[in-house]
Amino acid sequence: MTATIQALLPRMRDICGAGNVITDRLELRTYECDGLTAHRCVPALVVLPGSAAEVAAVVAACAQAGVPFVARGSGTGLSGGALPRQDGVLIVMTRMRSVLEVDPVSRRAVVEPGVTNLSVSKAAAPFGLFYAPDPSSQVVCSVGGNVAENSGGAHCLKHGFTVHHVLGLEIVTPAGELTWLGDGTGVTTGYDLLGAFTGSEGTLGIVTKIVVKLMPLPEVVHTLLAAYATTSEGGRAVSDIIAAGIVPAAIEMMDALSIEAAEAAVHCNYPPGAGAVLIVELDGPAAEVEAELSTVRALCEAAGATEIRAADDPAERAVIWAGRKSAFAAVGRISPSFIVQDGVVPRTALGAVLSRIASLSEEAGVRVANVFHAGDGNLHPLVLYDDASPGEAVAAEELSGAILDTCLEYGGSITGEHGVGVDKSRYMPKMFTADDLDTMQLVRCAFDPASLCNPGKIFPTPRLCGEVPGRRRAPHPAVAAGQAEIF
Amino acid sequence: MDTERTAVPAVRSALAAACPALSDGSSSDAMAGVEGLVPSFVASPSSTAEASALLRVAAAYGMTVVPRGAGTGLSWGAPPSSCDLVVDLRSMDQVLEHVAGDLVARVQAGATIGQLASVLASAGQQLALDAPADATVGGVVATGTAGPRRFRYGAPRDLLIGLTVVRADGVVAHSGGKVVKNVAGYDIGKLFSGSQGTLGLITEATFRLHPLPAAVAWVTGEFRSPDRAGAVAAVASAAGSALVPSAVELDWPGGPQRALRVGVLLEGTPSGVAERARQMSELLASAGGSAAVAVLDEPPARWGQLPSPSTVVRVSFWVSALGSVLEALAAAGADAGVRPAVSGPAGAGALYACLDPAAEPDAAARFVAALRERLPDADGGPRGSVVVLAAPPPVLAAAGAYGPVPGSALMRAVKDQFDPGHRMFPGRFPIV
Repeated sequence: MTATIQALLPRMRDICGAGNVITDRLELRTYECDGLTAHRCVPALVVLPGSAAEVAAVVAACAQAGVPFVARGSGTGLSGGALPRQDGVLIVMTRMRSVLEVDPVSRRAVVEPGVTNLSVSKAAAPFGLFYAPDPSSQVVCSVGGNVAENSGGAHCLKHGFTVHHVLGLEIVTPAGELTWLGDGTGVTTGYDLLGAFTGSEGTLGIVTKIVVKLMPLPEVVHTLLAAYATTSEGGRAVSDIIAAGIVPAAIEMMDALSIEAAEAAVHCNYPPGAGAVLIVELDGPAAEVEAELSTVRALCEAAGATEIRAADDPAERAVIWAGRKSAFAAVGRISPSFIVQDGVVPRTALGAVLSRIASLSEEAGVRVANVFHAGDGNLHPLVLYDDASPGEAVAAEELSGAILDTCLEYGGSITGEHGVGVDKSRYMPKMFTADDLDTMQLVRCAFDPASLCNPGKIFPTPRLCGEVPGRRRAPHPAVAAGQAEIF
Repeated sequence: MDTERTAVPAVRSALAAACPALSDGSSSDAMAGVEGLVPSFVASPSSTAEASALLRVAAAYGMTVVPRGAGTGLSWGAPPSSCDLVVDLRSMDQVLEHVAGDLVARVQAGATIGQLASVLASAGQQLALDAPADATVGGVVATGTAGPRRFRYGAPRDLLIGLTVVRADGVVAHSGGKVVKNVAGYDIGKLFSGSQGTLGLITEATFRLHPLPAAVAWVTGEFRSPDRAGAVAAVASAAGSALVPSAVELDWPGGPQRALRVGVLLEGTPSGVAERARQMSELLASAGGSAAVAVLDEPPARWGQLPSPSTVVRVSFWVSALGSVLEALAAAGADAGVRPAVSGPAGAGALYACLDPAAEPDAAARFVAALRERLPDADGGPRGSVVVLAAPPPVLAAAGAYGPVPGSALMRAVKDQFDPGHRMFPGRFPIV
């Protein structure tokens, strides 16, 4: 422990209570990584504040001492956004886990950041309401983490991302001050800092309260599974559904290898021999969904479906979803190690990109299982390798990078929902120009000029914020006098 | 207008070199209606590169800059306190890309909403915003304009997936991209949405689109005064229903004696909309004693339109507080001796109170003050705000555009980073 951290320790114990400050080396190691285990770093200190005021005091103490700090929710992030700093304090938000208020008439709830995503919907359910963003980790992931990452989920195609469902945030600024962003209703006065903060991956401050929008539970939900010989046939069905003017709640696809893995793990009993499985979910008023369902079924058949299954009650729907929801973990059944990639391409480029991934995979001799949100072009290629076999990890990492390059080549993005974190900061200059990145960092400098708040994430090269230039109200005297020109 | 800055001959030649379409402000109608402020120059760039070159010159000479589109929103909000250069974006009017299969369109800032709509409609698609057809895309993003359907689709910030801007120092920056799902980097698009030209110029925007509905219907319920409770209950039950309305509007055209109209827009398939309209009618009818319910295939009178106002006050709230908001509007009107016409997306938690242009500035300012007094912030954090969106300068000066704005210190820090010389639309945002 450095002298600086040693000096901070009594203050942290004062603020959070001695029982909520962790210094033991073994206990600290619990927090050395988030869901991305490839990056690990044991923090100097872990604190578990119990209130917004405690978070503010912790951050203020860090800011005063010049110690970097990182916030962590449930630690399910997949880009290393909550990777601690060896020389810094990890602020763990899991003690702040109350649903403070549900107002069913306004369809609003106020929650603390450590509340899990699913418990918001559970608290809303008695009123016929739900919280729409539903990342696959929703049983454990925290709403505060969702705000940091602007989390999506299978249903964001229709219902939007976290940023569309957050109406107000109480945050602790990197200087340790409590402030609200947004007026709690969704209208914006002044700059939309609420929108800019959401998805900033913990680099602009720490969320301590969240006002979320709740939505009425849909009258009916229909889930349809269609099996195809190839992903390109399934892709055709997706295009035809969109062209018919239907926006399903979700459109998911899995290829043969990911079906094989899911079968091995959860015995999801998908149609045997299928080269691709498409899952389409429709939700809404019964009067609309029935008509949409028959259109979708007809389009799926026309695209060459070998089998179609439909479900409209929760238990049957769960059976269809079981294979998809288990897909990431299930791959562990067919490969000792794997990389979960997260890239986006325009929906119309899906076919071409999948063929390219197949040929890249063949060239590299590395298997790739594809699971993806077909409706919005968000790919999750699972790159399979054996870490015990020399050279395989490197080959897998290279292939994984080549897949991102392909996404960019087709006008897509290096991340659709997992975030940049530490994992993808090196790809940012491929997607954005130096000027683009410099402009983003102006926001960072406004919020965190000392660069202490989750430093080293998102941006490959931090901007030195320095002094804000003074207001220039008139041209330089030499220019005004015509003695000089500025080019 | 500032001769010290703009009378230097080098300024004119530098601007003209950057952007050949340059004229004297005095020979142009560019700023007509904005408190008579005459700019020194008006430039109409034809590309992002020209816009960038222009702002580099403006930065070099410390010139103040006011961006403009069609001017539909120019007179809303505070007028500029200084204006050396108007950058008119109407020459950049191309729909650059529309990929129907991706439900995405990339547009230059000067294209109008109507022009974009006709391109999209040919593929059965739309940008789901109720903005004026003659407004420009850039103007709509910069002002955050949204109409009744914000209830379902949100504001421009919610539909924007990529943005190209020119910073105050002339640097060109992009954020987002042309895919709907994308979390790479900070969302500069959100920051510029509603920034009213005070952070930089918007030159290009990319949007996610929606299919045009095959059928639409409006269901209205008229609640005779003083049955405000019926209208309040109808708004809450329509907005909270699983019938998925696209808009839930309240219209109360002025004064406590007038009826309140709740209007609900439904979009979908012909059979679906017909059935949902029937169910929505029952819902509105069951809300209160005096409802007269109708189903219309055309928008009801005044739908999404504000009466031509001199003062527009936006009140935002949680829907459970709608009853007390209407109470406060009536009482503040009575206190101040004015009769606000109230309308807006009540189901989404917002209403606009418009005062007659004949209202005395003092009375208008008293109305705003009385409203703020009656609608204080909740203890658990902000639950709404009272903001003057448009008003004659004396009203703005007396009432103030805003009450306390959460995060205003951070807003000032953002402004200082993006526009350290405070040259972009100076005076527009009193907050910064």
